[in-house]
Amino acid sequence: MAAPDQFAAIDAAAIERWIRAFAAAVAENEQELTRLDSPIGDADHGANMNRGLKAVVAKLDGGSTGGPGALLKQTGMTLVSTVGGASGPLYGTFFLRMATAIGDADTVDQKLFAAALRAGVDGVVARGKAEAGDKTMYDALAPAVDALDAAFGGEDTAGALQAAADAAAQGRDSTTPMQARKGRASYLGERSVGHQDPGATSAALLLQTAADTLA
Amino acid sequence: MKKLINDPADVVTEALSGIAAAHPDLRVDLDHKIVYRADAPVQGKVGLLSGGGSGHEPLHGGFVGPGMLDAACAGEVFTSPVPDQMLEATRGIDGGAGVLHIVKNYTGDVMNFEMAAELAAADTGVEVVSVVTNDDVAVQDSLYTAGRRGVGVTVLVEKLAGAAADEGRDLAGVAAVARRVNEAGRSMGVALTSCTVPAAGRPTFDLPEDEMEIGIGIHGEPGRRRVPLAPAREVAEMLVEPILADRDFTGDGGALLFVNGMGGTPLLELYVMYREVSRILAKAGVSVARSLVGPYITSLEMAGCSVTLLQLDDELLRLWDAPVRTPGMRWGA
Repeated sequence: MAAPDQFAAIDAAAIERWIRAFAAAVAENEQELTRLDSPIGDADHGANMNRGLKAVVAKLDGGSTGGPGALLKQTGMTLVSTVGGASGPLYGTFFLRMATAIGDADTVDQKLFAAALRAGVDGVVARGKAEAGDKTMYDALAPAVDALDAAFGGEDTAGALQAAADAAAQGRDSTTPMQARKGRASYLGERSVGHQDPGATSAALLLQTAADTLA
Repeated sequence: MKKLINDPADVVTEALSGIAAAHPDLRVDLDHKIVYRADAPVQGKVGLLSGGGSGHEPLHGGFVGPGMLDAACAGEVFTSPVPDQMLEATRGIDGGAGVLHIVKNYTGDVMNFEMAAELAAADTGVEVVSVVTNDDVAVQDSLYTAGRRGVGVTVLVEKLAGAAADEGRDLAGVAAVARRVNEAGRSMGVALTSCTVPAAGRPTFDLPEDEMEIGIGIHGEPGRRRVPLAPAREVAEMLVEPILADRDFTGDGGALLFVNGMGGTPLLELYVMYREVSRILAKAGVSVARSLVGPYITSLEMAGCSVTLLQLDDELLRLWDAPVRTPGMRWGA
């Protein structure tokens, strides 16, 4: 009897769908991300991410080759080279570490995907030195990887990924009452309280598009 | 938004193109958005590279030239450049003596320069040392923030380390001067208006007509507190007091007083501020040995100013007076 929790293997085509969907979601939410960045940052998160992801999509349009790892690596390198600010190194490192974890594998099963996602998030922590509660993208990413691990074996593909996306959305919402301790928002001190973090918001889009495209 | 631009997406490239046309002493790589001195790399001299978001002109591209920077990387408006640019520039200015990266303490700048230094170590033989400037006393508690921001002192580090490199000092020696200047300098700023990032199209924050923001950053990030608009003499107090509370500037060499315009403030007002600040300093026993007044590290069209004090000694005084020839700062050469 087949296990009900079988995780559809993720191939390069699925990864490409995910990256394109993330780019589309960021483009659609560019104004919103920038609006969130205005009171606590410097009003450029939407513009920066959109610029980088447009470059990523242009590369995909140019003809993608290679497996899931190669696609993620290309995405990470392109983001580092085009986004700037803090988001470039952070998102770039995220995709590069995922790529390294996946290596040359042609398809990615649930266990490997969960491990790769965790490696990506660990990369964000290493690069940004953020901790839980600092009011950053990490506050959306950390609960998402935990949720994916918890769903491992107990949910089907779609359920596991949606659990991760839901956790990311909750994590995003949890940043509103936090006081920022990283990035430019940290200079506001108590005045950063009451604003949703733009980085956590784009990170929640990353997880929701994964749930939409990888299942 | 009323701006003399074409398309917000082209602002940085078109400005760099204008810099190239206006200044034959400079060479501009439009693809990588790098401003070089035309004769880079200078053989045997330590190369100085800085960079950051655009919108702070003349910082950094306007400080490229003999006696100051060898190259500057321009990011998008208020967004740090990317490691590729820094790596390309590092290669382009290495005259065999290594390259100093001068980095303002902002999360994005620090991370991108860090990645560039890692890549330089891995991909090239160029020795890189980084110095991070963090002189803004408006940021009080570095345990719960990204640390003090790099503001006005950055200009002084570029000038003084540039002079040290011109004297033929090695990389460690030039970096030591840069670190010493950063340690000996403090800044504090005030904004009377917000600025508008071209791509955003709207002011970054709302500041009512009768209020000002004390302890402002250079990216439209709000400051320490918002207070009712006050006369210049009171504003000067609010800026100088935290600086003097943070460091002693009564040393024998005297101090350098730098009153910087944020982009939208006329020199008339900057000199009013200079008058007020120098009176406070005289009362506090700080003697001003050198002065710098004008828009050097700006925030687009923001109205306001920052005050920077640097404790001088014989060596820093000599390096300050050394010739410099850049679009934004020029004397003795």
